[in-house]
Amino acid sequence: MNWEIYADPLFLLPFAAGLLIAGVLPILGALLMLREEWLAALGLAHLAAAGALLGIAAGAPAMLGASLGALGGGAVKSLGGARGNTAYGFMILIGWSALLLAAANTSAGDAVGQAVMDGQLYFAGWTELAAAVLLTGLAVTALPRLMPQLLRARFFPRHDAANRLPGWRWHLGFDLLAAFGVAVGTATLGLLGAFALVLVPAWAAFRIAPGWAWTLWIAGLIGVAAYLAAFVLALGLDQPFGPALAAVCLALGGLIGALGRPAQGRGGA
Amino acid sequence: MSGNPAAPLLRLEQVVAGYAAPVVGPVSCSIQAGDVLGLWGTNGSGKSTLLNAIADAARMFSGRIERAPGLTLFYQEQRPVRLPAMPLTGRDLLRCAAVPTHRPPPGPLSQHLDRRIDRLSGGQYQLLCVWAALAGSAELVLLDEPTNNLDPEHERLLAELLAQPPAHRDDRRAVLLVSHERAFLESVCTGVLELAPDA
Repeated sequence: MNWEIYADPLFLLPFAAGLLIAGVLPILGALLMLREEWLAALGLAHLAAAGALLGIAAGAPAMLGASLGALGGGAVKSLGGARGNTAYGFMILIGWSALLLAAANTSAGDAVGQAVMDGQLYFAGWTELAAAVLLTGLAVTALPRLMPQLLRARFFPRHDAANRLPGWRWHLGFDLLAAFGVAVGTATLGLLGAFALVLVPAWAAFRIAPGWAWTLWIAGLIGVAAYLAAFVLALGLDQPFGPALAAVCLALGGLIGALGRPAQGRGGA
Repeated sequence: MSGNPAAPLLRLEQVVAGYAAPVVGPVSCSIQAGDVLGLWGTNGSGKSTLLNAIADAARMFSGRIERAPGLTLFYQEQRPVRLPAMPLTGRDLLRCAAVPTHRPPPGPLSQHLDRRIDRLSGGQYQLLCVWAALAGSAELVLLDEPTNNLDPEHERLLAELLAQPPAHRDDRRAVLLVSHERAFLESVCTGVLELAPDA
């Protein structure tokens, strides 16, 4: 393993951008899992990947295209009431179809499409870092306000309507935040790398956490630890970053999740 | 209705409600602060539909539902939300319902505050949800079949929860409680309203 490569300033921006994303996506993943919407993240990731490629074809930055693609999907999901596996399945198919067709029919699309699938973190620059900082700022600002409303809506679903409260506002707010997070993650870490950060740390945390605050901490820490390990391994062993991140997430999350036990008489997450 | 403390929290006048077609009504009644009003009827008599109509979740065909200005509601459905995994403690759940942290539930229910709610039995979880409804700041609490899943011991605990005063001494609170167990309603309610299937 070549240790000197870690000191190369070239990798500082990608490292910082990825680290921020690795701390935020598992938190969003925990909320998506509580809402039984984790599959929506895969649909949003496909829409973000397709949006990135279509954006490049139109001469726009990949991050802008990815954000527009995922935010569009998030808005349709929230305002159109498109929930459930069928809706998320359609999102995945639409995104995948658009991604590969755009890749096949645009100059350099094939290479960019492959990069989005592989997760070439090392190409991340100031745009990705700025997007990651914006995502972190939005999450830190919005989640403390949204989370109590989202939890109450999850466990006491009649409350908002019975009190004539505009519940759609916080659902839309979270859907857009999740969509933006997945878009930034997809454009920076790759499609399945971002999805792994949404799904696996939250799954493991749901199995072992003794309470909700612990769930968020454990998910975030697994995400960051998996990211750091994947960064070291992928760079040192010259491996594509996205698959390395997904593999480390699975290994770490699987190990931690195996320590947990399913809920009493209800099956596990 | 006005802000007068003696004014009813809720008044129903000749309410006919349902979904695609009318299910219940006409029903008239009023609920004052301090009331624990039981709603009794056989299966299909429209008890839950009437609660849904009060909570804006069913269609009104005729009649009026008047709420006191700014009335806050808590609606505990017949089946509490139960997910495959719920990494929240009882305390987390009460926090979701804005129950003051200084107000622990009475009796053995307080033992469940630091346990994950997906490790609780159906009856324990149901009672915790009922306490979440009663111990918050809602002025009108709607409870749909809270005796489901309860053994006699937990049913006694439910009666104890219903007898607890509101969160603050000056708070106004009333409970509208749906059940098909007539004896339970008569033992805990200040009044019982009977719904006939073709009322």
